[in-house]
Amino acid sequence: MAAYAGIFDLSGLREWCDAGKTKSLMSLRQLKGEDPAWWEIPFPSLDNLHKACGSIPQTRDFTAWLENGFLAIRPALRVVLDPLTQPLSWALDGALTLFTTLPWWCLVPLILVGTLFSSKSSRITAFVAACFAFFLFTDHYGYAVQTLSIIFVCTVLCAILGVPTGILMSKNDTAQRVITPVLDMLQTLPTFVYLIPLIFLFKITEPKLYGLAIILYSIVPVIRLTNLGIRLVDRDVIEAANAYGMTARQKLMQVEIPLALPNIMAGINQTIMMSLAMVVIASLVSAPGLGTLVLDGINNLRLGVGFVAGFGIVLLAVILDRVSKAALARVDESRKI
Amino acid sequence: MTTADKPVKIAVRNLYKIFGDDPASVLPMLSDGIDKADIQRRTGHVIGLNNINVDIKAGLITVIMGLSGSGKSTLIRHLNRLIEPTAGEIEMDGDDIMAYDSGRLRALRQTKMSMVFQKFALLPHRTVLQNTMLAPEIRGENGSASTEEAIKWIRRVGLEGNEDAFPHQLSGGMQQRVGLARALTSNAEIMLMDEAFSALDPLIRTSMQDLLLELQQDLHKTIVFITHDLDEALKLADHLVILKDGFIVQQGEPQHILLNPSDP
Repeated sequence: MAAYAGIFDLSGLREWCDAGKTKSLMSLRQLKGEDPAWWEIPFPSLDNLHKACGSIPQTRDFTAWLENGFLAIRPALRVVLDPLTQPLSWALDGALTLFTTLPWWCLVPLILVGTLFSSKSSRITAFVAACFAFFLFTDHYGYAVQTLSIIFVCTVLCAILGVPTGILMSKNDTAQRVITPVLDMLQTLPTFVYLIPLIFLFKITEPKLYGLAIILYSIVPVIRLTNLGIRLVDRDVIEAANAYGMTARQKLMQVEIPLALPNIMAGINQTIMMSLAMVVIASLVSAPGLGTLVLDGINNLRLGVGFVAGFGIVLLAVILDRVSKAALARVDESRKI
Repeated sequence: MTTADKPVKIAVRNLYKIFGDDPASVLPMLSDGIDKADIQRRTGHVIGLNNINVDIKAGLITVIMGLSGSGKSTLIRHLNRLIEPTAGEIEMDGDDIMAYDSGRLRALRQTKMSMVFQKFALLPHRTVLQNTMLAPEIRGENGSASTEEAIKWIRRVGLEGNEDAFPHQLSGGMQQRVGLARALTSNAEIMLMDEAFSALDPLIRTSMQDLLLELQQDLHKTIVFITHDLDEALKLADHLVILKDGFIVQQGEPQHILLNPSDP
């Protein structure tokens, strides 16, 4: 006898329970006709209630229901999301083709000039040059460039979407209350979980699948720090701007954003680091680059391949971090109070 | 011409400011004569200003003096409506500025009023020249005439050669000279100075006071000056207003107040 059967018998729901009931297998204990002792009474979970009353769904029905529900709205979601995210695919494809078709003797100097320009530091430029020499010598250059181009596209999009969102949050307390839990969720959701609904939504060969996963994961810091930066702008300076009759737009463009810039840059630095973390995981869903080598190392137990690729990722992380931090330090320098 | 003959530039009438959740409910208690501490204990509302009546006369320096917490900084921020009053009227040249919408208020702040702050409040990412040009820039006057005007005032306050420096490279006294030059470049008739010299050390403060008096001899602006320092108040004031706990203890010519103090 199932533990909660008595309740359904007493409340006159037995008929409803047994509607559509099929004969189920009996446990050994039931065969022997033993009732469980009272202290063995289980928690009335869905599964246990189901044993007593066939009409109550099991837990696995619940997850199946979620899945079916998602599949049911999938066509509608696709109609909306597909065109909306198509530019992401184009941007990723475009960047990948552009970066990989440019010959190495053209792209590497370009990157070095960009580094020198943004960091104004010959030491960092020399370090970047050494790293690229390592990639070229070990034939990892192509993979590294693929990873870099994905990060480049995703970071630019994160900044374009994240900074205005952060500004909105800083201006509007309701927006902050609504968006903050979403950001909390995006930040704490395990990285693999991002991929599950996206796999259902898009074809696995489409670049926007991993593009979206990376953007969702790494956009959080730039939004948070933009919001924080603008909220932290010196009240006295804002008051002066008001006293001289600045419009809201003038205040934003000429006072708030320039004064929040160090914080915004710190957010972009964090966004770059997080997109690098995600781009490795995204190799599970066909993101090209160094992550595929790591995946190969795991799948085929090729220790050397995985190790060298992992080291390459570390090098990329150090490069990106140093260059963006150097740019941030330059901004800080001219904005001391 | 004595101070009594000058036209009234800003008239403050029956001005009240109460900080709290429901200021209007506290207003009747004030007219019943219940005192500040009592109201705060009973309702949690803080009385900022209590029935302020001041005539600020054109071309004179009106000094508002009081201890911290007396409401003087609150009062000066009502003159350009950085703070909205709970009740009362503020008239400028006979025009009720409480009736202004945000556009007219902005125009008023851009053209008729300038302000100097205790903590300087310069834009840290801009040079001295760019900071000084703030007011014309906000008005959309970016031509060389504005630049010349700004350079003229930078020289006048004694900062020649520092046009391209950033505020953090200057000392406190020099930063406040930039603040003063910024206010003068706006060419506004009214200058609001909120404890403008309080953060400076005594010697520099004296030289800034001299500079202000010297400028005032040529410019005859309407200046509202806030201070907690009696010496500074007596030195600068044509008309002295003494605030305590949000109400006016006494106002008049400084000599007169000094000889006939109403509150010992």
